[in-house]
Amino acid sequence: MTQPRTLYEKIWDAHVVERRDDGTCLVYIDRHLVHEVTSPQAFEGLRIAGRKVRRPDLTLAVPDHNLPTTARLDGAGNRLPIADPESAQQLAALERNAPEFGIKYIGATDAEQGIVHVVGPEQGFTLPGTTLVCGDSHTAAHGALGALAFGIGTSEVEHVLATQTLLLKPSKTMEIRVEGELGPGVTPKDVILHVIGVIGTAGGTGHVIEYRGKVFEEMSIEGRLTVSNMSIEGGARAGLFAPDEKTFAYVKGRPMAPKGADWDAAVAYWKTLATDEGASFDRSVVIDAADIAPSVTWGTSPEDVVSITSTVPAPESFADASKRAAAQKALDYMGLTAGQRMQDVTIDHVFIGSCTNSRIEDMRAAAAVVKGRKVASRIKQALIVPGSGLVKRQAEQEGLDRIFIDAGFEWREPGCSMCLAMNPDKVPAGERCASTSNRNFMGRQGPGARTHLVSPAMAAAAAITGHLTDIREFAEGEAA
Amino acid sequence: MEPIKTVEGRAYPLGVKNVDTDMIIAAKWLKGITRSGLGKGAFEAMRADPGNVFDDPEYAGSPILIAGDNFGCGSSREHAAWALIDMGVKVVIAPSFSDIFSGNAFKNGILTVALPQEAIDRLLEVAKTDPIHVDLEAQSVTTSFQDRFQFEIDPFRKSCLLGGLDEIGLTLSSTASIDAYEKDRESQQPWLTPELA
Ligand code: SF4
Repeated sequence: MTQPRTLYEKIWDAHVVERRDDGTCLVYIDRHLVHEVTSPQAFEGLRIAGRKVRRPDLTLAVPDHNLPTTARLDGAGNRLPIADPESAQQLAALERNAPEFGIKYIGATDAEQGIVHVVGPEQGFTLPGTTLVCGDSHTAAHGALGALAFGIGTSEVEHVLATQTLLLKPSKTMEIRVEGELGPGVTPKDVILHVIGVIGTAGGTGHVIEYRGKVFEEMSIEGRLTVSNMSIEGGARAGLFAPDEKTFAYVKGRPMAPKGADWDAAVAYWKTLATDEGASFDRSVVIDAADIAPSVTWGTSPEDVVSITSTVPAPESFADASKRAAAQKALDYMGLTAGQRMQDVTIDHVFIGSCTNSRIEDMRAAAAVVKGRKVASRIKQALIVPGSGLVKRQAEQEGLDRIFIDAGFEWREPGCSMCLAMNPDKVPAGERCASTSNRNFMGRQGPGARTHLVSPAMAAAAAITGHLTDIREFAEGEAA
Repeated sequence: MEPIKTVEGRAYPLGVKNVDTDMIIAAKWLKGITRSGLGKGAFEAMRADPGNVFDDPEYAGSPILIAGDNFGCGSSREHAAWALIDMGVKVVIAPSFSDIFSGNAFKNGILTVALPQEAIDRLLEVAKTDPIHVDLEAQSVTTSFQDRFQFEIDPFRKSCLLGGLDEIGLTLSSTASIDAYEKDRESQQPWLTPELA
């Protein structure tokens, strides 16, 4: 009898090429996503050393971080230039490098272009049971489909390109169970924000998290992508969901997914991957679903989470001294005072997008709140940025774009947008944004920008009211 | 990567403690697309100082840098190693190094030599007028004045540097195992190779 194993251990074992004496393993990488920010020096390194990409067919390149989300073509169908020279240079480098090394490239004006972590699952490039890497920490997202997926640095990008492997030490395992029923208005984003609030940003350090229990089993794949995406904010390198019927239904028929007899063989294999009965985790965290409310961040770390109905915490309320100091610094930066009601916090900008919340379900959730209403006059900018061209087209077919535009939102081209201050979409210093992205670090959305992380429905509600809003009261009190 | 066996030449007598990665290469140099060319930005803030060693013609093109304690502390940016390589530095000698920096330096073929402060003081003195000789095989730093300082180095790193093997080169020496793994995978799970449109 073999020992019962976890999902993580099964995937790991299936990918070890060589095991070294010190426990380091040479691990095979099935899928490699490449974007313009972390790849130029890797390609340059290959060129200098005269090396090739070992498996261009397992590599997919797409630009996202630097791309402006305004129109990309002029009236005559010509590509519009990119104003920022450094962005233009990084984008041009990827566009050159991909064909030079024989890698499939989805270009800025292609219908399938989008954020790497939206494109991978959407194209069927991301598959259960695979190892998947990308030079970006939110690669954890792909764990939603049962892929062992994590972010890597530029020298590792080069290593994977050249060898299709990485040298890694096995991680510890951690299960997070959410048991019971979620309350009204509580979305996958609220679940993961709450989880990070409980375990802290270092809670998962050295671990791979497996999300287990009824709530996660019932969650849609898109919801799972939101949850797994933020595993890294809980300190874990990767998150995982056991592949199930929902996963198979999601993957089936996607352009790069297996077909015919291959499909059946793949599904048969994927069904063997779930954690065995009796397998043990190095750490277990159990959370009661009833404790999770629609959530919002108040500070400058994703663990600074409270329920929308609570108040800004007082720095003195934290037990350890370094946390007290950090909280004070965060409040100063955020321009908030202890005891202030979260729902009274006024908002200047709204951003619905990023690899955390820019898929069709997110668009629908936001549209349901916005429908027939208007963005509050105090809001300076309300952006909706679909995660990919395909999401955008789907939303347009469903008429969601009209709902947003009529309400006063800007409906943009796909990209990372206001998630990080690397393209023209930025929050000005001192201004406040309700954002569906994943990081509320100081300066993340622009120097001096103040970020409150929320779900798409809550971001939409904040756009309508002009302040952070409890989605539960909103739906009842102000129905159109 | 170029193998390192012996390195002989003049050395920048920097001697400064806690040279962090920001001092080696400032953040504004990180948005580029190359690892070459960063030498221009290396030690930019220090070079604003008229009497700095980096712009002194006496030391131009030195392959060795002598620094103080805790060289390379700060962020994990690999650009720091790329900048040193680009300015032609192959060996850094200091009393101690940050772990991340020495890892990055090693990955990029730079030898980091840790020696006690007295040895550093003596080498700083010699470096002002004379070349310094580093012998990786013998694990020694010598001068033309009969100074001889032995240093320690991890045997694995030593053999990689002597052979000019970078991490990728090392992994490529396992190509047979990777080939075998791939063959197996292809026969058992052919669906893992995507259909590219
Ligand atoms: S949307 Fe944000 S988190 Fe996601 S890949 Fe882009 S920059 Fe990274």
